[in-house]
Amino acid sequence: MAPSPVRPRGRGGYWLFLIPGFVLFTVVIVVPFVMNVATSFTRWSGVGTPTWIGFGNYTKLFEDERFWTSFEHNAALIVAMAVVPTVIGLVLSAALFDYIGKKFGPRTASALRAAYYLPQVLPVAVAGVVWNWMLHPSYGAVNAIFGTKVNWLGDPGLALATVMAIMVWFQLGYPVVIFMAGLQRADPALHEAAEIDGASWWRRFWHITIPQIRPEIFVVLLTCTIAALKVFGPIFVLTRGGPGNATMVPSYFSYLNFFEKANVGYGSAIATVLALIIVVVTFLFLRVQERDS
Amino acid sequence: MSAERPVRAPGRWAVLAALAVLAVVMSSPFLIVTLNAFKSPAEYSSGGPLSLPKGLYLDGIIDFWNRVDFGEKLWNSLLISGAVAIGAVVLSVLNAYALGIGRVRGRLWILVLFLVANTLPQESLVYPLYYLSKEVGLYDSKLAVILIFTVIQAAFGTYLLSSVLGQFPREILEAASIDGAGKWRALSRIVVPISRPTLSVLLIFFFIWTWNEFFLPLIFLISNDNQTVPVALGVLQGEKMMDATMSSASALLGIVPAVAFFLIFQRTLTRGVTVGAIK
Repeated sequence: MAPSPVRPRGRGGYWLFLIPGFVLFTVVIVVPFVMNVATSFTRWSGVGTPTWIGFGNYTKLFEDERFWTSFEHNAALIVAMAVVPTVIGLVLSAALFDYIGKKFGPRTASALRAAYYLPQVLPVAVAGVVWNWMLHPSYGAVNAIFGTKVNWLGDPGLALATVMAIMVWFQLGYPVVIFMAGLQRADPALHEAAEIDGASWWRRFWHITIPQIRPEIFVVLLTCTIAALKVFGPIFVLTRGGPGNATMVPSYFSYLNFFEKANVGYGSAIATVLALIIVVVTFLFLRVQERDS
Repeated sequence: MSAERPVRAPGRWAVLAALAVLAVVMSSPFLIVTLNAFKSPAEYSSGGPLSLPKGLYLDGIIDFWNRVDFGEKLWNSLLISGAVAIGAVVLSVLNAYALGIGRVRGRLWILVLFLVANTLPQESLVYPLYYLSKEVGLYDSKLAVILIFTVIQAAFGTYLLSSVLGQFPREILEAASIDGAGKWRALSRIVVPISRPTLSVLLIFFFIWTWNEFFLPLIFLISNDNQTVPVALGVLQGEKMMDATMSSASALLGIVPAVAFFLIFQRTLTRGVTVGAIK
């Protein structure tokens, strides 16, 4: 069919449909973001007139030990929320898909998948409420079950590890579900051929399964890394960044400066750096993925 | 199909057992919370967290429900999430109609802008939003939260829906245009009905994502009678008056709606979970 020049009454009028989106987007995202960047160059308590101090907040930021610590904790949370769930999720989804699914039937596989996915349906703040109760130092279920008296979230040496473990629990179901969907798309003939050639399960997993679901692995790593960089809810509910700074993360650090210390300029600088890091990480991921395909 | 190879039976049962143990570990917090929400404090201190409740003790749940007026929190969450879901779908459709079907000039840059907006941390918007909402008298109102999340969710929806509508069969639109249908008619009579499956997935996702939000609602909804379920539960953490069984009752009340939505929307969600992966 020849391309027809007919369009619903010309081309220009489509702009009109963008007007509500454009207005709202400007008011809710563009203007606040620009204001936040501008505020990061000032000293401001939230009332009165901000004082322009140039890069003052940023130089202070790079010398602030709490700031660096909070990013180290972010790195730890990327391990707990992106790296570990992806690795375990790969093994679990492959085991469910081509071992349990084939030997015990797809119903068993999907029941197990549902159990792994269950934590993902919770609002992350509610997941925090659940674990706060489970880990309570005086009446918590975990201590009662194991007969221990550990203050899981209150011990500065343990708190970060505990939060990491909770986040692994929370995130794990997401890669399992995404990877299993990816495996359904994959071609079973390759697997069968390798099996006939006598390749072991691990070899097939490494050389066939993983390459086939590369796009899914990229998506999971990217989205979970961004989620880890943004993490706020679990920290607020579980530890409030404490004890001391043991679980401080940039998002909570900026929140403290905005709403508790009235250091709005400093908080804005933290938030701007965080936004920059997230945009750069997203961009790098997309570049790598593009080159990969 | 190829014939089943003989497998050593103990090996496959061992794999199943390991995976089943992991499933129990993953779901144990749900079971333990449920178990203890129905115990009296005395029963908890004598029997510990793993004993079965002797009867259905509902006082913990009822006390907590009344103390925080949980019905009101449910209604707030429902209202905010519902309004955002509808508003964000409408806004996404309007944007995507212009970008995906209208192919307005500069659409690539507009899409990149929406994508970037979607990844921005809310921390980098929160203080100006807080300040501006105070200036216009919308601070501590559900309307402010609804407006903000409508735009945030629509940024994602626009991005997704534009590529879906980019594939929209041109012939149908051309036929409609020959029949004299204007752009509004083409949108409401043709594009929206045909894209309904995608729109309903978006609607459900926006609803659940908004329900789960914590950071902005925490800051914008400070008065008790505006709070959503996650905010009310999160803020009540560590209150001295909460004993063991009441804490577990509060956790259960947070779990139940989330699991209910999951069960209700399960089919749509599993179909669309890869869609959500882009977020």
